[in-house]
Amino acid sequence: MNKLEYGTLRETIYHCVLPNGLHIYVDPRPEYEKQFAFFATRYGGMDLRFQGENGQWIDTPAGVAHFLEHKMFDTEDGNALQIMAANGAMDNAFTSSSITGYYFESTKGFAENLRTLLSFVSVPWFTKESVDKEQGIIGQEIRMGEDDPDSEVYYRLMEAMYTNHPIQNRVAGTVESIAGITPETLYQCHRAFYQPGNMVLCAAGNISPEQVEEISREILPQEPSFGVQSDLGQEEPAQVKRRYTERRMEVSIPMFTIGFKGDPSSRGKGLRQRLLAGLVCDVLFGSSAPLYNRLYQQGLINGSFSSAYDAAPGCAYLMAGGESRDPEKVLAEVLAESGRLATEGIDAPLWERLKKAAYGSMVRQLNSLEEVCIELAQAHFEGEDYLNFPKCFQDIEKADAEAMLRTWCVEDRAAMSVIQPER
Amino acid sequence: MEQHWKQLAQGVELAVNRTDKFKTGLLCVTFTIPLRQETATAGALIPEVLCRGSRRYPDMERISMAADERYGAAFSPGVRQRGESQCISLLCSFIDDCYALDGAGVLEPVAELMGQVLLDPMTEGGVFLREYVESEGANLADRIRARINDKRSWAMFRLIQEMCAGEAYAVDKLGDEEKALSATPEWLWKNYQWLLDQGKITFYYGGSASLERVEETVRTYFAPLLRDRMVTVDCQVVEKPGAEVNTVTDTMEVTQGKLSLGFRTGGITMGSPQYPALLVCNALYGGSSHSKLFLNVREKMSLCYYASSMVDKLKGIMVAASGVEFAQFDRAQTAMLDQMEAIRQGQFTQEELRAAVGTVANSLRSRLDSQGQMEDDCLTQLLFGGGMCQGQDLLQAVERVTAGQVAQVAQGIRLDTVYRLIGKEGAAHE
Repeated sequence: MNKLEYGTLRETIYHCVLPNGLHIYVDPRPEYEKQFAFFATRYGGMDLRFQGENGQWIDTPAGVAHFLEHKMFDTEDGNALQIMAANGAMDNAFTSSSITGYYFESTKGFAENLRTLLSFVSVPWFTKESVDKEQGIIGQEIRMGEDDPDSEVYYRLMEAMYTNHPIQNRVAGTVESIAGITPETLYQCHRAFYQPGNMVLCAAGNISPEQVEEISREILPQEPSFGVQSDLGQEEPAQVKRRYTERRMEVSIPMFTIGFKGDPSSRGKGLRQRLLAGLVCDVLFGSSAPLYNRLYQQGLINGSFSSAYDAAPGCAYLMAGGESRDPEKVLAEVLAESGRLATEGIDAPLWERLKKAAYGSMVRQLNSLEEVCIELAQAHFEGEDYLNFPKCFQDIEKADAEAMLRTWCVEDRAAMSVIQPER
Repeated sequence: MEQHWKQLAQGVELAVNRTDKFKTGLLCVTFTIPLRQETATAGALIPEVLCRGSRRYPDMERISMAADERYGAAFSPGVRQRGESQCISLLCSFIDDCYALDGAGVLEPVAELMGQVLLDPMTEGGVFLREYVESEGANLADRIRARINDKRSWAMFRLIQEMCAGEAYAVDKLGDEEKALSATPEWLWKNYQWLLDQGKITFYYGGSASLERVEETVRTYFAPLLRDRMVTVDCQVVEKPGAEVNTVTDTMEVTQGKLSLGFRTGGITMGSPQYPALLVCNALYGGSSHSKLFLNVREKMSLCYYASSMVDKLKGIMVAASGVEFAQFDRAQTAMLDQMEAIRQGQFTQEELRAAVGTVANSLRSRLDSQGQMEDDCLTQLLFGGGMCQGQDLLQAVERVTAGQVAQVAQGIRLDTVYRLIGKEGAAHE
């Protein structure tokens, strides 16, 4: 394996590519008790229409990637969760809009657990009965999501912001859409997206890089992968579709999220855009910047207020939200502040402090093996080297942030989703 | 890892976990007081008001700026419930010196900021600023009201309120809405002085700095706190043998129901010889994806989307939580209780037992990889367990637990309260 050294961060990463196309990253931390492995595919809730092996376009119902994630745990020898739990490992999985990831954490028996992980994720085993039964379980999960104001406020914002991009599809789908899923659908999606060349394996903790490589060679299919292409819909306008959306739920005070629609980054610029957009969030919404304190003092926001940048292939956006008695007022203040920053510029000492703080936060995050593996995987899918962030920060200037504020944080790129309390 | 413990004054302790394994250091100051209706609101409100401003850092913007200067030190007020105690903390996680780009120490400036915020607040007329008290009182009231937003945790919260009604354990660590809204600067200031004088104090540091350096830092920035004080920390363990099972139903606008079961452990707590067997029993019942609740009630019978259980090691209770369809409440409840009965009868395989032991051992070991969890465990040990860390002993005891011990523990576990949260639509099924 190749050894990559990151001096400032005192980290060493081992990397290799197998003949089947799989990239492997390993971060050995001999002083940890834990071993963590994350096996992910570039496939999520937004990949509904794709071009498979023979060039034919295939349409699938909303929620397939997530459904598939649930069903992957079925193996001919029983449920993988139980096999791993019996071995003292905790494993789980998640599906986002663009990624499905499977992981486990153990403190013993890493090799055996890694074999189980790689094997259950790469060998599909679906039956009509188990698919029918899962429709009931996921139906419950979807209903639980419908009662969750955090999830509602987010998806309603995505629906308001995007006209064509499939990011607005709920990852779990709907009770109706998942009713159309059959074992054949699942096999087809697995064949297209779970090829090693479309996946990445990241592991960290008390482990040996060579062992990870060896086990991957032993368990995973040998044949090279074919390319798979998702349809991300027609070209997406820069402006939002709707400025405002609301619904009523059992919440104590209104919850809101403001979104600013950004431009997707070009390949190889994803990490830079992520760091820059994170700094723009800090400048505009952060607790050491003026707006946050003004809104807090006026009682318009409380400690639940937070902001983030998020991106998936073909889309990128800033979000900020929390609880407020007057979300409309907050939105007006946010727009006024972004306008002020765009014309007057960002205070130079503030900018330097925020960069220092952002660097520190990212260093702190490296304590977590989970975070490291997930970040390495996501960056890999974006064609990036995650641990390059200290250098990447150096190349970001105040003027870049001001330019982003001028183009993204404007009225026709802004939308707001609100959950109002039941009357 | 080296562990150090030192008494700085009576009722004032310093615990240090020295290790190079993390990228960060963690410094935490905790005041522990009995959890009581009369003082809980003030306890929850004080750290929030302190974090609004001190004399040197007079508002949140200035405090945040200072935190940014310290490489984005994550500085947070917090209130935790430990048994029937309220633990009020200021906690800060910050990068280790070796990652500082300018090579200067980070621990001391962080302690300086924490000390200023904690001990030298902004005042007017000798008490807290009215503006800070009123707006934080309103925020706290919002947080108390917002408990209802997450139905999963709301169902657990309501279960405990009903099950432990009249016990200090059921007092909300956030206090109550009315008191939060009517808080005055004078009232809060009096409570703050009492907390500084009477609260049991635990300083905790985890990271690469030496004991000497940490002790000197604490003595420099927190000097006024190093005075003797007397606090007893206890937690009443209730058994109520032979009492009827109490069933409580709430109706709300929800599409999925929640069913929570509250058990008493028959008096077993962290200090009991049967505690390791209780941990294994919980893992077997609902503590992992190899548990009986998960495998049978969720997977085999498809009665709920989630079903899991957990233990409060200080109070001697175990709770099981699940999300179910309204029409399935009775079946789900019967199934969940049947699984407990099966454990009592010893109806579990060696493989299930081995998995449960593995789950508990794995989670105990994993806690050593998290600075936050190490702090939390250390605080609990210092408050209730005497020694600093019993991790290794507990781990070995868990690995020796037998099937007979697990069944015996389960035989002493008794259902106390059933809590059901149903939707308006589901009320028709009742």
